[in-house]
Amino acid sequence: MELLLQQIIAGLATGGIYACFALAVVMIYQAIDHFNFAQGEMAMFSTYVAWQLMAWGLSFWLAFGLTFVFSLVMGAFLYLVVLKPVQNASALSQIVAFIALMCIFNSLAGTIWDYSVKPFPSPFPETALFGALVTGHDLGMIAVTLIMLAGVFYFFKFSTLGLAMRAAAQNPESAQLCGVRVQMMTALGWALAAAIGSVAGMMVAYKVFLEPNMMYSIILYGFAAAIVGGLDSPAGAVAGGFLLGVVENLTGVYVPGGSELKLTFALLLIVVVLMFKPTGLFGHRVVKRV
Amino acid sequence: MTRQARTDKSFPAAGGQPAAAPEELAILGIGLPAWNRLLLVAGLVALVVLPFLVEGFTTFQMTQVAIYAIAILGLNLLTGYNGQFSLGHSAFFAVGAYTAAIAMNHFGLPYLLTLPLAAVISFLVGFAFGFPALRLEGLYLALATFMLAIAAPQLLKFSLFEPLTGGAQGLVLMRPEAPAFTGLDDDQWLYFISVIVMLALFWLSGNLIRYRIGRAIMAIRDNPLVASALGINTPLYKTVMFGISAAYTGVAGALSAMVVGFVAPDSFNFLLSVALLVGVVVGGIASMRGAIFGGFFILYIPTVAESFADVFSKGLSWAAYGVLLLAVIYVMPSGISGLIDAVIRRIAQPKQAPRRTDPAADVATAGPGPSNREKK
Repeated sequence: MELLLQQIIAGLATGGIYACFALAVVMIYQAIDHFNFAQGEMAMFSTYVAWQLMAWGLSFWLAFGLTFVFSLVMGAFLYLVVLKPVQNASALSQIVAFIALMCIFNSLAGTIWDYSVKPFPSPFPETALFGALVTGHDLGMIAVTLIMLAGVFYFFKFSTLGLAMRAAAQNPESAQLCGVRVQMMTALGWALAAAIGSVAGMMVAYKVFLEPNMMYSIILYGFAAAIVGGLDSPAGAVAGGFLLGVVENLTGVYVPGGSELKLTFALLLIVVVLMFKPTGLFGHRVVKRV
Repeated sequence: MTRQARTDKSFPAAGGQPAAAPEELAILGIGLPAWNRLLLVAGLVALVVLPFLVEGFTTFQMTQVAIYAIAILGLNLLTGYNGQFSLGHSAFFAVGAYTAAIAMNHFGLPYLLTLPLAAVISFLVGFAFGFPALRLEGLYLALATFMLAIAAPQLLKFSLFEPLTGGAQGLVLMRPEAPAFTGLDDDQWLYFISVIVMLALFWLSGNLIRYRIGRAIMAIRDNPLVASALGINTPLYKTVMFGISAAYTGVAGALSAMVVGFVAPDSFNFLLSVALLVGVVVGGIASMRGAIFGGFFILYIPTVAESFADVFSKGLSWAAYGVLLLAVIYVMPSGISGLIDAVIRRIAQPKQAPRRTDPAADVATAGPGPSNREKK
């Protein structure tokens, strides 16, 4: 029983990482009605920027703030320069554009900061809690995720700008006719998504260490968590992240052969969830008129 | 007349996009049968002569291009013609490759027989996966298939299967040797096998696309609701297409196992799926010959990118690849195949070609089946 509890807590701690990213994924989905496969690499690049700023002697939170601003600008810039020209191309072409971005960021980071694994500091105290399963950093990370979630929720639910952004993503033409500046909104969505991704990157880098391929598996779980939770529900995405972390940990311990097939089981869960709830656990059904 | 026109449009020339652009196809079909035949003959001659002109390594690379072309065609049948995303085709590639390797190593099956076996097994796997895929669309399907791509290497490494799959080490298999009477070396022999298989599979899918099934699956892509209202069994066609697509990719996997002489879990990772998808888009979505261009692209462009990047820094080769990829999407939104169509159209019909005034155009486009009518 105690083992179970411990594993659940450890799972929640890992789940925090996934939740962080799932939130960023949902954010961009709200803004552009698409997945951004390059999201993980963008976050990795931002995290490197933060690392560089700290290497130049800035404090963590100062570097954090500057990186946040940098990512806002980078997100909007990427949209305007790279994605806008292909926004009328087929969805497949856009996916290929994302893949191209992924290659570019990975390679750039590797060239500028080389491929060695770097430690990344944590702003939170190192104290270990619950029998060394959870550290102060885990709690801090979860807190930051929840604060971001609250912010995103408030933004989309109650602010006019958030409403305009949702409109621009879901129905660009009608939004345009209502006076929403769709291009601006999409650029803003990219900016925010890049910034949230950068926060997630700076939070998880302490745990997974900084290297160009650090996001490879995390972003996967982030996508998975977002899908399980429902792509149009930020809270669902966060819940999906925690769920995934716990399930992954428990199968590793209790299912025979589970430690080798951790990932496979987690993915099986997702496919099963999707078969019964095709829009995710907390997603809303979209009813389309013919 | 119609029959004649149809037979003339054999694969390399106008396998193109029947439902996507009926008018353009008609222009091609009327303006170009002579061109087409010429291109076809020239292409075939080049295919036969090529391995005797170049070195062994180039032959080996050409073999790989043919293999990629088969896999890309398989993915294109699913994605381009039927509108179902897949990021999981590396898994089907792996199924084919391991089927061939296990059948040859553990059961002593002759290598040529492993190809149909790989096709059947991959078809079954794809068909089975097609069922859960039925409930999913767009991004959700992309993710589910993505999971398949991620899970495949893990399952292949799984210790329980190790006696069969060789675990993380993979399996080494005997490369097939050329029979003595042919007088070919092994590379050339494998090249001819791959090319013949490729041509056969292209011919098959050409027939598949052109007739009833093709119209049905394209109707499903263009408007699933209308398709099912017209009596098309949408779930059946979608799952069967998943199976067929997987079978194509599986055959490519089996060929690749033979040609490389080695299979290992990590060569069938998610990046292979990405490469195949890139091949589909760059070659031309819903274009059969696009698959061949796609094959060339995914084999050669990384090398080209590397040589570009060498000017600045070694590490930048993937950045150069990314930039090239973006450039292709900007310059050729409908892929290499679309660009070639546009160029040929301009050369063949300099000024005239007023669209849709030609009565013959209607004959060629007004075939039975829902997709044409629905378009209007």
